[in-house]
Amino acid sequence: MTPAPTADLRKLIARHRLWERVFTIVGLIALLIGLLVLLGLFTQLAVTGAPRLTPEFFTSFPSRIAEKAGILSAWVGSLLVMLVTACSAIPLGVAAGVYLEEYAPKNWLTAIIEINVMNLAGVPSIIYGLLALGLFVYQFGFGQSILSAGLTLALLILPIVIVATREALRAVPGIIREAAYALGATRWQMVSHHVVPYSAGGILTGVIIGLSRAIGETAPIITIGALTFIAFLPTPPVTGEFPFLSFQWLKDPFTVLPIQMFNWTSRPEEAFQLNAAAAGVVLLVMTLAMNALAIWLRYRIRRKIKW
Amino acid sequence: MVELATNIFDAPGSEPATAALKAESRHLNFHYGAFHALKDISLPVHDHSITALIGPSGCGKSTFLRCFNRMHDLYPGNRYQGEIVLYPDNVDILAPSVDPIEVRMRISMVFQKPNPFPKSIFENVAYGLKVRGITQRDLVETKVEQALRGAALWNEVKDRLNELAGNLSGGQQQRLCIARALAIDPELILFDEPTSALDPIATASIEELMLELKEQVAILIVTHNMQQAARVSDHTAFLYMGEVIEFNDTKKLFTMPDKKQTEDYITGRFG
Amino acid sequence: MEREHIIRQYDLELNEIREKLLEMGGKVEVMIANAMKSLVERDSALAEQTIAFDHHINHMEVEIDEKCLQVLARRQPAARDLRFLTLALKIVTDLERIGDQCRNIAKRVLELNTEPPLKPYIDLPRMSAAAATMVREALDAFVKGDAELALKVCKDDAFVDGLNDQIQRELLVFMMSDPTSISRAVKVNYIAKCLERVADHATNVAEMVIFMVKGKDIRHTVA
Repeated sequence: MTPAPTADLRKLIARHRLWERVFTIVGLIALLIGLLVLLGLFTQLAVTGAPRLTPEFFTSFPSRIAEKAGILSAWVGSLLVMLVTACSAIPLGVAAGVYLEEYAPKNWLTAIIEINVMNLAGVPSIIYGLLALGLFVYQFGFGQSILSAGLTLALLILPIVIVATREALRAVPGIIREAAYALGATRWQMVSHHVVPYSAGGILTGVIIGLSRAIGETAPIITIGALTFIAFLPTPPVTGEFPFLSFQWLKDPFTVLPIQMFNWTSRPEEAFQLNAAAAGVVLLVMTLAMNALAIWLRYRIRRKIKW
Repeated sequence: MVELATNIFDAPGSEPATAALKAESRHLNFHYGAFHALKDISLPVHDHSITALIGPSGCGKSTFLRCFNRMHDLYPGNRYQGEIVLYPDNVDILAPSVDPIEVRMRISMVFQKPNPFPKSIFENVAYGLKVRGITQRDLVETKVEQALRGAALWNEVKDRLNELAGNLSGGQQQRLCIARALAIDPELILFDEPTSALDPIATASIEELMLELKEQVAILIVTHNMQQAARVSDHTAFLYMGEVIEFNDTKKLFTMPDKKQTEDYITGRFG
Repeated sequence: MEREHIIRQYDLELNEIREKLLEMGGKVEVMIANAMKSLVERDSALAEQTIAFDHHINHMEVEIDEKCLQVLARRQPAARDLRFLTLALKIVTDLERIGDQCRNIAKRVLELNTEPPLKPYIDLPRMSAAAATMVREALDAFVKGDAELALKVCKDDAFVDGLNDQIQRELLVFMMSDPTSISRAVKVNYIAKCLERVADHATNVAEMVIFMVKGKDIRHTVA
């Protein structure tokens, strides 16, 4: 074998490098298009809404006068709905994920279930709204309440939580499971002492990403009949007398941030558009904050884990 | 030559030592689904000694080892036939009536790659005790110290028991895994290629440790490294294609094996 | 025939040791023949040559020892290979000793050549030829792993011992009949003793060959 002349090799390498540079530029442009559009939208929203972002905006109820209107009932509503969603989606989703990953026998039935869980994540959210309207609002008689909304959104993000849980569990190496088993652990001990704690970072990330999707959902909430104009707060969960806790708020009517925004944008007066933009900024910041929390939590938990 | 053969006797000391048996497999067959991985294996495991399993990849040595703590029960489609009898109480640990968890509490295992839990050094060693329901703090502390001393790790970690196990070096992690296996006072320890991920110095310290441990427990070790088997073990079994080709005293097997196949393998003529 | 090692270099190294041993054996055989020739033909120059030649044998011993140690260190031989190498280490010692015996014979020849001849030598050349054959056959057995041949060598030792006894008796008769022959007869007797030792070394080699091939130790068991 005679080696190729160096000159030929150099030509070849130059050609390869050209393609490398072309893609670098194309990729950068693609990235910038996406980023700049998002950044533009956010800036526009922030600039428009800025004058309305005062402390009073957060502490006032909606009003017919744009300048006096605030998002108090909306953000409290959003928070409470998220609370219900989290409290129901996390245990259900994690338990289902753990069962599917660690307990379920691997056969055609579980294979079908797996595929369907994946598919559920892609079902349009309004379908969940319709389902919830029939099931929670009428069948169970929860009414057009925080409970109904929270459960609806929980259903919506359940597949996300399940899939994220399974992914996180799968990242725990088999050799760690075997180490626990080899010391005489039962499956439940293996799961609860090891696999779930070690995958908590991944699970939490999935949960928070699910919640940040839920917080922006409008369609299913409207479907189950959230009110668009609420000038009062739900019953406080803490009361002055025994047993100091009240669950009355679960049954209260409510509104949430995206619905408040939707309501304002549909008004003819120009001033309400400012309110909508300001509420939009609040919603975006809440979502981004939740994502940031997810990243931070994952970093904190993963830091301890080295395989 | 024939008439000479009657005059010839085996070299002194070449008969296998007759220590008490700790365990024994009898006509053990094992299937992974349709694959017949172990074929009629009958092997003794002597107490207070090291028994090594050697053979080419895929010969079934790890499969055989993992029968001893019923590791195969964790995965579907595996089937045992025959028995593994544990002495002195004479129980067949493969019997369906015997709970694999009970077997694993009596026979512990050290794996190929160091696999400490991503927890503190202390929690790692104490885990077997936790599973056994031992919670008295002082008892756990005593046991953990004993196990770490037994694994020749105490002096290196006594001041940082609450640090993450992952911060230890590879050799230390493997010794931690040995301490973890020791803490439950096992009767038999299974080593599945315990030094294949370690450097020669760490390997030597693990080998030294195994030689110390055999004073207290029986050891069954799978190794790819024939020299390791020759260095540490008292008995060696050569497995090939799921069958025992030869089981012999280690000194005999590495100098004058009885079987041609064994000789070809240990002299590097295999293939 | 024998399977080859997966590492071919290993086979080459073992073969080299095997060939060096054969070469050393061949040289030792020549030394035995030359020592005897110098005695029978009263050739002092050849005796001097034989003495000088021992240097080569010593040198080869060192060389083969080194090669064996290198293989031991680098290949961690086991089983048959291990037995081959440890035996090679011992066999070179025996071969080197045979070389020493030849040198001793040649030294006595130089002394004998300064005196008138004692008698025509008949049994000594036969003994020498038998011992040389034993050396060659022992090495052949070693190289071929031939236990039968090795066993024959062990048995041939009795023949050489017999010749030695016969020579001793003959020399005793000489010494009793003619006291002036005593000093020469003692030297000739010494030569016979040397040849008997050569045969013993060959027997040692043969016994070890049986050990290597059969994995059984017959040293100190077979007369």
